[in-house]
Order: sequence, then structure tokens, then C-alpha cells
Amino acid sequence: MEGNLNALTTIFTEFYYWVTIVMMFLIHVGFCMYEVGVSRRRNHLKTLMKNAMAIPLVTITFYFFGWWIYFGFPNGPGIAGGLVTAPFAEPWNPLMGTHLSGVNPGETGVTPTDAALWHRLNGVFWGAFLLFSITTASIISGSIIERVRSGAFWIVAVLVGSVLWILDASWGWHPQGWMVKLWGYHDAYASGVVHAIAGGAALAFLIVLGPRIGKFRPDGTARDIPPHNVWLVTIGLFLIFTGFWGFYAACNIPLISPATIAGQITGETWTATNIYLAPTTLSAITFNFLMSLSGGMLAGYIVSKGDPFWTFSMGLCGIISASAGNDLYHPIQALLIGAIVPTICYNLHYFVERRFKIDDAVGAVAVHGYGGFLGVVVAGFMLWGQPSSPYEGFAHINPLGNLAGAVLMFVLGFVPTFVVCKILNSMNLLRVPAKVELEGVDFALNHAFEASVREVGTAEKAMIK
Amino acid sequence: MSTNGMESWAVDLKDVGAIYPFQGSEVVMVIIGLVFWIGWHVLQTRHESAEIEADMAADRTGDETRKAIDRH
Repeated sequence: MEGNLNALTTIFTEFYYWVTIVMMFLIHVGFCMYEVGVSRRRNHLKTLMKNAMAIPLVTITFYFFGWWIYFGFPNGPGIAGGLVTAPFAEPWNPLMGTHLSGVNPGETGVTPTDAALWHRLNGVFWGAFLLFSITTASIISGSIIERVRSGAFWIVAVLVGSVLWILDASWGWHPQGWMVKLWGYHDAYASGVVHAIAGGAALAFLIVLGPRIGKFRPDGTARDIPPHNVWLVTIGLFLIFTGFWGFYAACNIPLISPATIAGQITGETWTATNIYLAPTTLSAITFNFLMSLSGGMLAGYIVSKGDPFWTFSMGLCGIISASAGNDLYHPIQALLIGAIVPTICYNLHYFVERRFKIDDAVGAVAVHGYGGFLGVVVAGFMLWGQPSSPYEGFAHINPLGNLAGAVLMFVLGFVPTFVVCKILNSMNLLRVPAKVELEGVDFALNHAFEASVREVGTAEKAMIK
Repeated sequence: MSTNGMESWAVDLKDVGAIYPFQGSEVVMVIIGLVFWIGWHVLQTRHESAEIEADMAADRTGDETRKAIDRH
């Protein structure tokens, strides 16, 4: 590294992203608590493991090909140019391991420029993006509990977490993404690129999977299946809120000079930027994160009449619905968007449940899918005419670009997931048999547990004098 | 035309102030925000009163109350 300032900036950036990864892990602690809290007692263990095992599966596949997709596909390819070479993101490249920035004799695939930029940042950037990937996959997990085969979910988790979302991120959440260039797409904190695509995938999964036994009465009206432990659910959601601070911070570049951005910005003032390298501040997103969360919780308390599940879920939906523009909104705008959009999503959840018999156990399609979709659409209007990028020749932010982008995100999650679920269903690999669903998916595990308890108890009692 | 007055990032950041949309309407936004806040208290109070009335009307014999006390 040349010069102390460059070294300090690189190491600060490395540490910054490392901290966001630790914080984002709390999202997954929260997801596990939340799902187990919602599930009934006879389904706890499989519910926990279904979600938890998405972490290692998406991790290894994101190492093998997900990270490369992000850098390879910003042009489509075939829409704004060809496939982009990104040797530093290929799993066999020396920069995908411990590296100290020089180039060893005979070291292939590493240029001095790549080495200087990526030797300390590759792992932490990869990790931060990976945590987005696992989040995207986990969003689907909760909606399908108590009747899905874990193996089916894990296949879809890899599809969505390590292929689909990172493809849409390459298109619409990359400084050179074709959606940003040609459509002026703006989605700074991932309303569409994480949440709408996950919601679309969850909806497709639910359509093919079908509702839980007993969810609907013979006349077609829905029964409520209450969470077995509301405390676990709410603490889980609190942890998701906490982890979202890391998610938001990781969507920013913490410190960069205009010369490094190499766009239209003049002068010497260093700044934080969003993922498109357009200036924002951590202060801005702190204002807007908290105000949109508050809008969602306040609205959620009223519309759900104080129901903890929906009050907390609508708080999350409030953040998601303002996320597309939270780098640029005024805090009161974030508050109002965070209150209005979740109210629409709450009503849509029950409308879709009634009308189409969709059994979404945690409301994920509403909170993430509809919330993310509408959040992107609202940002197109609110930020109309603003520059989408610091680079010349990019389309400005506009309602049509963001509407088309929101549709694309939702559909990109929906269609491939629908096809894969149909294939899995045709092979009897999607859903557990009705007998197992009624017994509970933990039936065998619970019996083994009880047998162990009986055996050790009997042995201990025999030793009482 | 853009909602925050910026058409491009061809600027020196030291010369740029607020970049949120609809600058100049801060007072109106604060008023809307205050109405939202006060409105929330009004609606919450109504809901809570209705809930308390329903609780008062329930369990005329006291049996459910005794069970609730036993459950701690």
C-alpha cells in the first residue's frame, strides 16, 4: 500500500465491513428465534435446522460462484455490454485467500492493481455480500414452515441466495449495473434487490407448496395458527432490527475520495457513498432507519390492535419500504413512507390469504415482498429527476425505471423458484406426507429424545438406595 | 427538474447542502409529522378504551378471573 493515508483508509474500510458482518449475523440469530417461536412445539427442531443450515450452504456456494456473478454480470450480459472479467472473484484466484498485496513469482490471475485494491477488502466485501445472500434465502424459510421438506428449501436457498439475488444486485445494485445506467434504478438499501426478490420467491414457493393442514376451514375461510411463543418471536424480530444496522452500514462505502470515485464529483472532499458511489452519510441513514422503523411500529400497533407479531413485523416492513431511498429521504418522509406502506402490506397479506388461500406463516411475502416492491416504486416518485450515479451518461432516477425494476426483482424471484418447486414437487421432494405433517416433522427426533430420557431416568432411579 | 434540485453530481461537495427531496417544505413536514403523532395517541386511546370496556363486560361470575390469578 502506498502512503499512510491510503493504508489507513484501506484498513479502516476493512474493519468497517468486518464489523457489519458481525452485526448482520444477529439477523440470523433473530430469524432462527422468530421461526422457532412461530412454529408449533412438534416442529421446533426441523424448523431451526432448516433455517440454520442455509448459512453454510449459501456460504460455500457464494464462495464458489456467487461473488463472481456480482462482478461478471453488471452488463446483463448482452444488455449494456458483455460479460465482465473479474479474476479476483474467481474461487481459484489467490486473492480469494490470505494475500498481502504483492504478486509472487508465478502467481497467475493477479494484477498489481487488483492486488492493491482487493488484498484486504475481498474477504470482508465477500462476507458482507454473503450476509445479504443468507438474509435473502432466510426470508423465504419462515413462510413455508411445518410442512416443507428441508432439502427442498435448501436447494431454493442456494438458488435465491447464491444466484438470483446476486444477479439482480449486479444489475441494479452495482455502480455500473445496467439497470442503473439505462433505467436510473435506485434502491440504495435493497428494498428490491434483497426483499422484493425474496418475497417473489416466497410467494412462488407457497403457491406450489400449498397451505398447512387445518389452515383453512371447509368454507375456505382462514384459521389463525398462533405462534407458540410470542416472546421468542418478538425478541427474534428485535434481533433482526439490530442486525439491520449492520445491513445498512454495509450498503455504504464508508470513506472515499472524489479522485477514487473518478466520476463527475469535483474538489477534494472525501465522503461516504451509497453502493452506486453517490454521496450520502451514515447520519442520514441513522435518521431514516429509526424514523421508518418508528412509522412501521406505530402504524402496526394501530392496524393490528396491539398485536405484537404484526407490530414488530410492520416495524421491519417500515424499514424495508423506505430502504430504497433512505440515503436521500428527509426523516419525516421516511416516517410517513414507513407508516403507509406497511399498512397497505398488512391488508394485502390478509387479502391474498383470503382470496388465493396462501398460507404464509410469518407474513414474509407481505413484509419483504410487497414492502420491498412498493418501497422501490415510492422511491421512483420521491427521488424523481435526481442523478442515479456520479458517472456521466446514466439515466436519472424516475418512476418508470423504478417500477420496471421492482417488477423485475419480484419476477426474478418468482419465476425460477416456481419452476424449481414444480420440479421438486413432481419428484415428491417438496412437501412432507400428510401423516408426517400431522405427527409433526420432529416426530422421530422427539421419540428418540423421550426414549433417551426414559432410559437414563430408569438407570438413575435404579441406583437410589 | 429534480425533487432535490440536483441534476448531476458534477459538483464540489463542499458547496452542497441538504440533498433530501422537497426542500423548503420542512415546516409542513413537521406539521404532518406532529399530526401523525397526536393522531396515533387519539386512535390508541380509543382502541384501549374499547378493549378495557370489553374486559369489564367479560367474566361476570369471576370464575375466569380466579383462574387467571391461579395461573399467575
